[in-house]
Amino acid sequence: MPKVKVDGVEIEVPNGATVLQACELVGKEIPRFCYHERLSIAGNCRMCLVEVKPGPPKPQASCALPAADNQEIRTDSEMVKKAREGVMEFLLINHPLDCPICDQGGECDLQDQSVAYGRGGSRYHENKRAVTDKYMGPLIKTQMTRCIHCTRCVRFSEEVAGVDEIGALYRGEQMQITTYLEHAAKHELSANVIDLCPVGALTSRPYAFEARPWELKKTLGIDVSDATGANIRIDARGREVMRVLPRINDDVNEEWISDKARYQVDGLTKRRLDRPWIRRDGKLQPATWAEAFAAVGSLNPGNSIAAIAGDMVDCETMFAAKTLLGALGSSQLEGRQTGMDYATDSMAAVNFNSTFNGIETADVILIVGSMVRWEAPLVNVRIRKAVKRGAKVFLIGAEWETTFGGEFLGTDRSLLGALPQHVTDAFGVAKRPAMIVGGAGLGGGGLGAALALSSSLNLVRDLDDGTQWNGFNVLHMAASRMGGLMLGFAQKGGLADIVNAKPKVVLSLGADEVDYTKLADSMIVYIGHHGDKGAHAADVILPAAAYTEKSGTYVNTEGRVQFADKAVFAPGDAREDWTILRALADAFGVSVGFDSFEELRSAMIAAVPALGIEGLADYGSALPSGGGSASGAIAAYPIQDFYMTNPIARASAVMQRCSAELLHGEDMAEAAE
Amino acid sequence: MADRSIAPDTPELRARWGNFTFAQSWADKAKAAIARYPEGRQRSAVMALLDYAQRQVGEETNTQGWLPIPVIEYVARELGMPVIRVLEVATFYTMYNLVPVGRFHVQVCGTTPCMLRGSDDIIATCEKRGMHAGHTTDDGLWTFTEVECMGNCASAPMVQINDDNYEDLTPERMDAILDALARGETPKAGTQEPGRHTVEPAGALSTLTAMANENHDYRGEWA
Repeated sequence: MPKVKVDGVEIEVPNGATVLQACELVGKEIPRFCYHERLSIAGNCRMCLVEVKPGPPKPQASCALPAADNQEIRTDSEMVKKAREGVMEFLLINHPLDCPICDQGGECDLQDQSVAYGRGGSRYHENKRAVTDKYMGPLIKTQMTRCIHCTRCVRFSEEVAGVDEIGALYRGEQMQITTYLEHAAKHELSANVIDLCPVGALTSRPYAFEARPWELKKTLGIDVSDATGANIRIDARGREVMRVLPRINDDVNEEWISDKARYQVDGLTKRRLDRPWIRRDGKLQPATWAEAFAAVGSLNPGNSIAAIAGDMVDCETMFAAKTLLGALGSSQLEGRQTGMDYATDSMAAVNFNSTFNGIETADVILIVGSMVRWEAPLVNVRIRKAVKRGAKVFLIGAEWETTFGGEFLGTDRSLLGALPQHVTDAFGVAKRPAMIVGGAGLGGGGLGAALALSSSLNLVRDLDDGTQWNGFNVLHMAASRMGGLMLGFAQKGGLADIVNAKPKVVLSLGADEVDYTKLADSMIVYIGHHGDKGAHAADVILPAAAYTEKSGTYVNTEGRVQFADKAVFAPGDAREDWTILRALADAFGVSVGFDSFEELRSAMIAAVPALGIEGLADYGSALPSGGGSASGAIAAYPIQDFYMTNPIARASAVMQRCSAELLHGEDMAEAAE
Repeated sequence: MADRSIAPDTPELRARWGNFTFAQSWADKAKAAIARYPEGRQRSAVMALLDYAQRQVGEETNTQGWLPIPVIEYVARELGMPVIRVLEVATFYTMYNLVPVGRFHVQVCGTTPCMLRGSDDIIATCEKRGMHAGHTTDDGLWTFTEVECMGNCASAPMVQINDDNYEDLTPERMDAILDALARGETPKAGTQEPGRHTVEPAGALSTLTAMANENHDYRGEWA
């Protein structure tokens, strides 16, 4: 624990801390461009210069200098001030002064720091250099003349994403950042380089010239495009969501989000259900709310009613539906739209018990039937971190391109009962062994076999340091899954139970992945926000709110309860889901016992207390013993197209273009602008 | 230094170089270069392999050689490293040619010491033969580049042609070297000054005179 003095303040810093971190610990702001907490240290922007004694009588780059005992660091001396001014003047030599037409304006590190640390003007009178713009795909817009060569994007793609595709070519003044041969950046986290870029060299292509940061209303939300529950900030202007940015949450998404979470939001204004529809003579016709409720009320289902929750609904919506069905005397609730029927008696058995932070520390990981890269890109980042720390990864399932190496053992689920010797040996010596069961691994008896294997591999154990380690993980893909399971949206036989019960009415809560042909005898009341598969099959459509248009509680795949706020109002006649379900109670002539969102939420918390506490829900660590044998090959994964997994993304022009260009290789030459 | 850029990745380029593999002699050298580094660090050999690849391309095209994109990709595959990292190396170092060059790559130094000693005349000599900076002559014989200091200031002016340096040039000596190369001869490399062997002082010693015959420790005289 070295003791250093920063501007006269003595402080003890952790071993291995840098001078920059020491300065931050005493609350000194050190300007920087290339240094980033989550990336390796490059030390090439020189903005973080400070004066350090003992040492050479010149300013030193604090980001790359280890803090040592008895160092005297000055961040407020004349030398430091002049050094910062000098570096800033050099950086601005070749940086165009086009801030008024630059999308980074208002949230630009270079802009802010030149105001704070730069000198008033430049003494440079030669021509500035110009660099041709590079193509980096449909999401990243480049303006490479603005690049200051901090190489954050290069380090991000190499270290975090694990896909080496951005590099710095040539040297000196000719240095240019580019993707290989200007191919599009092809991974699920590519757009994070836009946030990392401290200047306007890499900006968001879909958001180009749309808004200035100070015009936007910022709302804290939770991403629903996958089950990781990434923390997002929803930036809206008026009634439109302009963009989504990640929020920092070290437990969940660190500070990344997937491209889908970031760019599906343009789908929120397209294909929207903004008024009720009723199917008359085989065709959906526009209707008023009164007509729609009258039509639903006249169905008079009694207890022959079921509810199917979609992948993106919040817990409040599901609870309101559950209460409504309960008032009618039905408990036919299901959320697993594709017909999965794994046992849900124990929540611990279907939870990501290690937590995302924990999986980073695992030393052997067995992934069963999960294409983690597409199903949970942020978990993929964690696994990559684990591998960088020395973890071994084995995978069961069809081969996919991992970013962390790993050995594919085969595709058959029966491998769960007969792991190869070298795998069991690896687990035998592992201190923190873990298993991740994905959607494709849960079927075919996979969950039972995985549970049996986890007890034989002793995945739940007490560690030497006294903490408990639970290495059994289920990786879900739907944002609503864990909340739904906590609220009882699971039938013993899965969706098949509901199909067999032939309910008179099926409430579809934004369920777009269900095979509705099996429910042909039921009246389908679709409560959702997009004209997608569910709406096509519906008999009555009640327009509802998307995730940005309502407050809600979400539980991610590790059982983390998180709350999202409402950013904008739903378009047209669409209403928040719970109000629709409340009004349906009146239409059916029953009472559900809540009249406001607060009453609904407190009723939900009374029923499931864990949903009221932000953070990890406690499911206990006891796993059921499982058993049975798994069979069948995992030849494919549930997600066929990363960019098209939900109705919002399917409606999004940006996601459609990503899918066509990045996954299907369609040549989308840029249209003349 | 002339601006560098990568030769465009065209179908013709792929057709010509897509099947590039090391010939046996170069493959042996590549193996030896990789073996110099510990297991798992084979990418340290990237510079050697790029050089060998460029030389093999040179043999195949009877030029100094260059690195087409498919060849760079081949080197990346050989070393199991991302091709962008190989491309970064290849574009950084000017000894790797990114576009086709001629039989002889004439690199005249134009930095201050050479300039003071008459490199402008050397450049004029080259230009008389139709060379101009950054281009290859129509007969494919000469590629001319003006470069920065190559560390031969004591025998300036100098030119590097393929692997050899020619120093102490005058326009006449430069002409003689270029004529000899054009005839297919191998002129003597190094200094062209008669009586000079390497970069020893021309004429009598002017400094470090005490070192002329034996080693001498000057440190005591620094004061």
